[in-house]
Amino acid sequence: MVLKSDVHPIVGSDDVVRVRQVARQWAAELKFSLVDQTKLVTATSELARNTLEHGKGGRMRVELVENGARRGIRLTFEDEGPGIANIELALRDGYTTGSGLGLGLSGSKRLMNEFDIKSETGRGTTVTVTRWK
Amino acid sequence: MSSFHEVIRKNESSILAGWLAEMASSNRRSDLMSDAELRQQATELLRLVTNAAETSTDPMSEAFSSTRDYLKDIAKSRMEQGFSPAETALFILSLKQPVFNALRDTAGISPTKLVTEILTAGTVLDRLAVETVNNAVEFRDLVISRQQEEMLELSTPVVKLWEGVLALPLIGTLDSARTQVVMESLLSAIVETNSQIAIIDITGVPTVDTLVAQHLIKTITAARLMGADCYLSGIRPAIAQTIVHLGIDLVDVQTKAKLADAFALALTRLGKTVVNAKQVAKSTNKREEA
Amino acid sequence: MDRIPILKMGDCLLVTIQVDMHDQLAVSLQEDLTDQIAKHAARGVLIDISSLEIVDSFIGRMLANIAAMSRVLDAQTVLTGMQPAVAITLVELGMTLPGIRTALNVERGMELLRGYIQKDDELQENDGSEE
Repeated sequence: MVLKSDVHPIVGSDDVVRVRQVARQWAAELKFSLVDQTKLVTATSELARNTLEHGKGGRMRVELVENGARRGIRLTFEDEGPGIANIELALRDGYTTGSGLGLGLSGSKRLMNEFDIKSETGRGTTVTVTRWK
Repeated sequence: MSSFHEVIRKNESSILAGWLAEMASSNRRSDLMSDAELRQQATELLRLVTNAAETSTDPMSEAFSSTRDYLKDIAKSRMEQGFSPAETALFILSLKQPVFNALRDTAGISPTKLVTEILTAGTVLDRLAVETVNNAVEFRDLVISRQQEEMLELSTPVVKLWEGVLALPLIGTLDSARTQVVMESLLSAIVETNSQIAIIDITGVPTVDTLVAQHLIKTITAARLMGADCYLSGIRPAIAQTIVHLGIDLVDVQTKAKLADAFALALTRLGKTVVNAKQVAKSTNKREEA
Repeated sequence: MDRIPILKMGDCLLVTIQVDMHDQLAVSLQEDLTDQIAKHAARGVLIDISSLEIVDSFIGRMLANIAAMSRVLDAQTVLTGMQPAVAITLVELGMTLPGIRTALNVERGMELLRGYIQKDDELQENDGSEE
């Protein structure tokens, strides 16, 4: 169940900093532990950078979700970029098409509780991640 | 007109006496609760049930809400006093017999009416008993989860061995949740006490599987990123074998057989040494004499 | 554009990262630092990140680059003050920064740097005497 939701554009490198701050604020409001906050914000940073660099810009939707007694934060990163041809390969540690270390997707997956990626070549990519309290 | 609640109302004192007698014969725990307290609880519950039954025969309905609240309190206090859930349920169930007796002894009641009322009263009391057991179990779960949290905190004592040296003696099985707590408390203790060296002692850890080993390695790596060294001590021969068989790489980890060895190494790294005070005193005296 | 200040202390350079860095700022810090190391012939670089709330793979890579570049320029790098939550997250992310030396705080970091520089000097002296 979604209790609250918000959308932020990711078009420039300043936006990566801004969505990080948004994620931090939401996590703090939900009283996440400092480690959990840090994990969420770091994953946000990785995924937002992916959206910007590989997806040629897009947006992040942030949602406060509830599942029974548990509450969490769900982030959805959407872009209309070139898409990912081989998701399995993209999720492998160390695999990169850019100049990074190839830890963006695989690392974020480890930092979050739930991770889902959908991509269509030429249409864009959607990554949905959730961290429960 | 002789519904069971009317019968109860009419024969309140005799039913109460019968109920207390029933409890005394079956499950009375005089070691846990005084007669006066029991009588007071029984009286109050009987009154609430009678009142509620006037408007409804469904124990889950609004009419029974104060009865249910009262039973919740009873369940809670009884669990605290040490009653088992079964004993708490019997407290309510033993009301059945006296109520049935009173219905049976009602003058001029038709057999059909008698059966109907016994069934209704029986159902109501059964449902209330089940509800109370539920409450008791829920309360116990609450206690268990609170104790788990407390144990989690208690089970990870970070102790200071020397200025700049911390030790974390781990006891019991490590799981993912506990390791996160262990990791966080060790790392924040490193910052708080400004310690360069931390010793993780696993003498009290029964088994080490791949997951536990990975957690330990992660903790040690995180400490290194912060600028502290972590030593691993207390590795029993069986665990050493497991580690090798599992192919876990502890190459970058400083290991020592005993906590004492690790502590000695820590002191060496800090440029300290342990000397025999008597011998030092002797040699100083000699020097002074000379 | 804003830049992160680099302080010179003897033969060491000192950088304190206090702001939530956007990627360009991190890149320019990397460039500025290499320039300064070469310009002052610095022997040590100390980067304090005690007020940094996150280190993602980008910043992690930048830190690793700085360490590698200064090694090429004959300077030692020490990273100080990483917060526990940041360290745990970095490890979980898969970044262990194997080539970087670390210290708990600036004071310890400076001690460490001085130690390295001294050891280096002794080595060089020994080399000289052997010739």
